[in-house]
Amino acid sequence: MSLWSKHAIFEKNSIILVIGVLIVISIGGLVEIVPLFYLKSTIEKVQGMRPYSPLELAGRNIYVREGCYNCHSQMIRPLRDEVERYGHYSLAAESMYDRPFQWGSKRTGPDLARVGGKYSDEWHRDHLNRPSSVVPGTVMPAYPWLARTDLDFAHIQDDLKVQAKLGVPYSAEMIANAMNDVKIQATTDHADVTELEKRYLKAQARDYDGNPQRITEADALIAYLQMLGTQVDFKLYDNKANIR
Amino acid sequence: MHQTNALPAKAITLSEAAAALTFAILSFSSLIVAAMAHTSEYAFHAYLFAAGSLAAVFAIIDRYYNRPADKPALMIDGKPNYNMGPVKFATVAAVFWGIAGFTVGLWAALELAFPVLNFDLPWLSFGRIRPLHTSAVIFAFGGNVLIGTSFYVVQRTSRARLAGDLAPWFVVLGYNFFIVIAGTGYLLGITQSKEYAEPEWYADLWLTIVWVVYFLVYLGTLMRRSEPHIYVANWFYLAFILTIAVLHLGNNAAIPVSLFSPKSYIVWSGVQDAMVQWWYGHNAVGFFLTAGFLGIMYYFIPKRADRPVYSYRLSIVHFWSLIFLYIWAGPHHLHYTALPDWAQTLGMTFSIMLWMPSWGGMINGLMTLSGAWDKLRTDPVLRMMVVSVAFYGMSTFEGPLMSVKAVNSLSHYTDWTIGHVHSGALGWVGYISFGAIYCLVPWLWNRERLYSNKLVEWHFWISTIGIVLYISAMWVSGILQGLMWRAYTSLGFLEYSFIETVEAMHPFYVIRALGGALFLAGALLMVFNLWKTVNAQEAVSPVESALVPAE
Amino acid sequence: MSSDHKKHIDAVTGVATTGHEWDGVRELNMPLPRWWLWIFYATIIWSIGYWIVYPAWPLVTTHTSGVFNWNARQAIIDDMATLKAQRAVMTDRIAAAPLEDILSDSQMLSFARAQGRAAFADNCAPCHGAGGGGMRGYPNLVDDDWLWGGKLQDIALTLRHGIRSTDDKGRMGVMPAFGRDKILERPDILAVADYVRSLSTLSVTKGADLARGKKVFAENCAACHGENAKGNREIGAPDLTDQIWLFGSGRDVIVEGIINGRGSVMPAWGGRLDDTTIKSLAVYVHTLGGGQK
Ligand code: HEC
Ligand code: HEC
Ligand code: HEC
Ligand code: HEM
Ligand code: HEM
Ligand SMILES: [Ca+2]
Ligand SMILES: [Ca+2]
Ligand SMILES: [Cu+2]
Repeated sequence: MSLWSKHAIFEKNSIILVIGVLIVISIGGLVEIVPLFYLKSTIEKVQGMRPYSPLELAGRNIYVREGCYNCHSQMIRPLRDEVERYGHYSLAAESMYDRPFQWGSKRTGPDLARVGGKYSDEWHRDHLNRPSSVVPGTVMPAYPWLARTDLDFAHIQDDLKVQAKLGVPYSAEMIANAMNDVKIQATTDHADVTELEKRYLKAQARDYDGNPQRITEADALIAYLQMLGTQVDFKLYDNKANIR
Repeated sequence: MHQTNALPAKAITLSEAAAALTFAILSFSSLIVAAMAHTSEYAFHAYLFAAGSLAAVFAIIDRYYNRPADKPALMIDGKPNYNMGPVKFATVAAVFWGIAGFTVGLWAALELAFPVLNFDLPWLSFGRIRPLHTSAVIFAFGGNVLIGTSFYVVQRTSRARLAGDLAPWFVVLGYNFFIVIAGTGYLLGITQSKEYAEPEWYADLWLTIVWVVYFLVYLGTLMRRSEPHIYVANWFYLAFILTIAVLHLGNNAAIPVSLFSPKSYIVWSGVQDAMVQWWYGHNAVGFFLTAGFLGIMYYFIPKRADRPVYSYRLSIVHFWSLIFLYIWAGPHHLHYTALPDWAQTLGMTFSIMLWMPSWGGMINGLMTLSGAWDKLRTDPVLRMMVVSVAFYGMSTFEGPLMSVKAVNSLSHYTDWTIGHVHSGALGWVGYISFGAIYCLVPWLWNRERLYSNKLVEWHFWISTIGIVLYISAMWVSGILQGLMWRAYTSLGFLEYSFIETVEAMHPFYVIRALGGALFLAGALLMVFNLWKTVNAQEAVSPVESALVPAE
Repeated sequence: MSSDHKKHIDAVTGVATTGHEWDGVRELNMPLPRWWLWIFYATIIWSIGYWIVYPAWPLVTTHTSGVFNWNARQAIIDDMATLKAQRAVMTDRIAAAPLEDILSDSQMLSFARAQGRAAFADNCAPCHGAGGGGMRGYPNLVDDDWLWGGKLQDIALTLRHGIRSTDDKGRMGVMPAFGRDKILERPDILAVADYVRSLSTLSVTKGADLARGKKVFAENCAACHGENAKGNREIGAPDLTDQIWLFGSGRDVIVEGIINGRGSVMPAWGGRLDDTTIKSLAVYVHTLGGGQK
């Protein structure tokens, strides 16, 4: 009986109640979140990961804008059927440059973590323009405006700058060339393509939307989709390296 | 302080002047931002800010001219002079946003059943509509219910007038302004893609200010209380307000690309961001959709049933264990992902331990009816709230079950999650809110009773059928989907292609839409009933005398 | 309990309340339900047990690993190994066998077709259709009309390295953009389009200059599509006389192709699917109906 009456201290003093609540709700979050910043097992070293090129980043921002994460995950779980259907399970390192992460929580559509290179640009073009034209039973909405809308990359430098501030390894050179890199990467056989490839390993440069005259939102989004999951070369990756 | 003889000269208060000035500055700077905005969508929002703050300036000045010289008294004839204006506003807003949110949910459901309904329009496409739905029902509908009821409950159970003069109005109006910014933002493609925290940095900042004021008003009122003890409903409301503030700040930490751009980048990345997101996301469920609504339950059920709360000791134990354990459970949204295994284990085990603390609320809600079960037959409002608690019990049993990794490996990514969400959302959150609104409207507008109990009956039955259709369709489709994804042929190969699983969902998506339509229909009956309650009856002298037993 | 309030007994249950009252609401001073408390304890004990067995608590440089050292990544490696072993009897044989032998061995054939069917459904059907029937721009794999050849080896090569893909070993060769690159004038393009249509006995527009079309064809197209327009599988130039169209037979479609060129892409599957799967897929496609010896 007497123990119960001790609780009166919280009931009689709102400030003590506030402090009590704050203490109680802090513990779990701290224990679960803080170690993720220092435990080696979270910070894997994997070869091949590089920041998004400006065009890919612009495409990613369109992916975010259209809310593709509402239907698509980008996280292949280490489960037999997922590895068979989508490829190697996702590594933590593969989303290290994702702000915010795009793992998703619902798979109305398939996982996209390794969709890069799985289809052709034409297919993505057709699919985004009218998904049911290539996959009749789909429930994915059509995005015809992407190919119609010019990509707005006037401020793409700022995007890189902010990310650099947050610790993404964008060099001064990358930032300075950001706008130009968009143009290089959205053009087939651009004269400066080796420059781009030097800055962004394995970046693929071509006209993605089938319209060489324009750089559209479809160019950017398809460039992003085509690089998803292609950075880590799993032929070289040692599966035992990051057992944790 | 008080002058007794001479009529006090009416003077503008410091807070009025400061608020008007702040809004004037905000209005002006918003115009500058609008002029320099990188995108037209952002300019539109800046204009909204300019217009909104200009309206605030006018409202403050207009109010100054119309108000009496004296501040409203805290007590009149020894009775608290409650401030119910903001409560009324939030109640109306809740009803409005509820209908909007259910309609958008129905539309989203129809889009999944019949994708032509996306109409190839950016602002109507599923990826933009879905966050609109989730925010509209949780934050617009649920948030207004929470703010409204919390302001009501804290005043009544503290026997004190709401703290602040302009502040309570700032909270309700500012919060609803946030909703408008968030919702129009989604439609225009402005989103951070953080589930349940999609609004961009400037909306987040605005909400931070509103929320801090909300906390201060709430705490200020508690401190003013003339009851020696703080009632249990207020513990829950307080935990909800505080924790949401902490979560909001942690999960939305971001740097804008520019003052003139709506775009920002989150400070966390990858795994860390995922963990922060679901620390937030799960506790948005735990504190917004659970703790806050438990606050509602702890006032409205005993009040309506006219029975004491079942167990004070259970209140204590389940309150502290609930808020302590909830925080840990976030990783159950990240089972089998790249989040380290140890964190997943914690997420799973704490979810299991969360089961009984959750049920403590259910027991306290249901058992409060002991000795008054017969009222369920005659009072459909009470019945709605009791069924709500039953749904709460069901979804907090299902939740721990889904947190078990083996179960989650099947349920994750599927419609099962959607079924779980909506048994909690429609059954628990929806019904407890409807119950509270049915109680509040006659009380606030001084009407003797609801216009029609029969209509409440209809609301109850139609929407119950709707909920049953919705969640059973999602259970079947979710489990089917999960099983099809992992089905193997006898030779050891995947049996179904992904698209075959999509096609198999179609009938269930149709049933779900039907369930949603019924739920919406029920809510529309409520709107009609409430409208008639206020407009087709004479006001009576404050009904509180009938409700507060003389002591 | 608290002394500042008088004792109050709830009339219905006969239980004491805490003595407080807020806006008419009281609280009973009921003890915790026993069953509730016991289940709560049980979940705590179970959790402690789970922490002992599985990785659970973060430490300063590492985390507890649990008594069996279980972790999800080792588990999936083991799981995949088991699955592989389970299929090994057949997959090893398929891996070792020349493609033709798979066709003639009924056991291997049925296994390969099962594996091919599964891989086809998620990887190929989005382009070639659920049954392999193809769609505009994506060839039908069920008929016996082949762009690059319908022998097992041809198909396997197509799959492994793709067509106009990012893989250099893949099949290359695109049709020039005669219009866009100003190789041909518009009247020539219209004429040759009509001519091509006439080759498959399709109606041509009134007043079409077929003779001019024929000349343009001989000078510009025959190099790839052949003198008689029967196509060339070396470079994937389609047969233009067989009434089977990849992109469509409409005059507009053909004109558009001549203006902008043609050269659709099929991805290379070599890096994505393992070799046995590719062999099985080749067998599967070959046996869809159009396979050539
Ligand atoms: C309503 C849900 C929905 C939304 C929103 C959606 N998708 Fe899809 N998506 C699907 C479904 C279902 C499929 C599977 C059928 C198909 O291929 O169309 C799919 C398939 C895909 C595929 C092919 C994946 C594969 O491996 O076969 C890609 C790529 C894709 N979507 C990209 C996107 C992008 C980019 C967006 C946003 C701009 C988007 N989707 C929005 C439902 C959706
Ligand atoms: C991105 C779309 C796409 C995907 C995915 C795809 N293909 Fe293709 N495939 C094509 C296109 C386009 C061609 C025709 C290229 C050309 O015009 O020469 C083709 C050609 C072929 C051919 C040669 C047909 C011929 O007539 O010579 C075969 C065989 C084939 N595909 C099989 C497959 C198989 C098996 C898969 C799955 C592993 C697959 N394809 C996946 C687009 C695709
Ligand atoms: C350098 C080689 C080359 C030349 C020259 C060439 N073509 Fe083609 N043509 C191709 C290839 C390769 C394809 C198939 C492309 C594909 O599968 O995507 C094709 C496809 C076509 C098609 C589409 C067939 C279908 O089934 O839809 C038509 C029509 C066509 N060519 C007509 C012409 C005409 C007319 C000319 C001359 C003006 C011409 N081609 C010159 C290589 C050539
Ligand atoms: C008319 C009633 C409703 C209908 C028809 C409806 C429909 C939907 C649909 C179609 C989705 C998307 C599911 C998917 O992506 O597969 C959804 C998601 C969601 N809804 Fe509702 N809904 C309704 C009411 C509510 C209410 C009242 C709430 C909350 C109080 C709510 C909360 C949510 C949440 C949180 C999600 C996201 C679930 C997740 O991400 O897992 N809904 N709803
Ligand atoms: C003891 C209590 C609960 C536990 C342990 C719990 C557990 C879970 C689990 C395991 C998931 C699935 C995560 C995934 O696989 O992605 C989930 C999803 C969800 N639950 Fe609960 N749940 C509980 C109570 C509730 C209640 C009462 C509600 C409220 C209304 C609710 C709302 C949701 C929502 C909205 C989601 C979807 C999140 C998303 O993916 O977008 N839960 N919950
Ligand atoms: Ca382009
Ligand atoms: Ca946000
Ligand atoms: Cu959760």
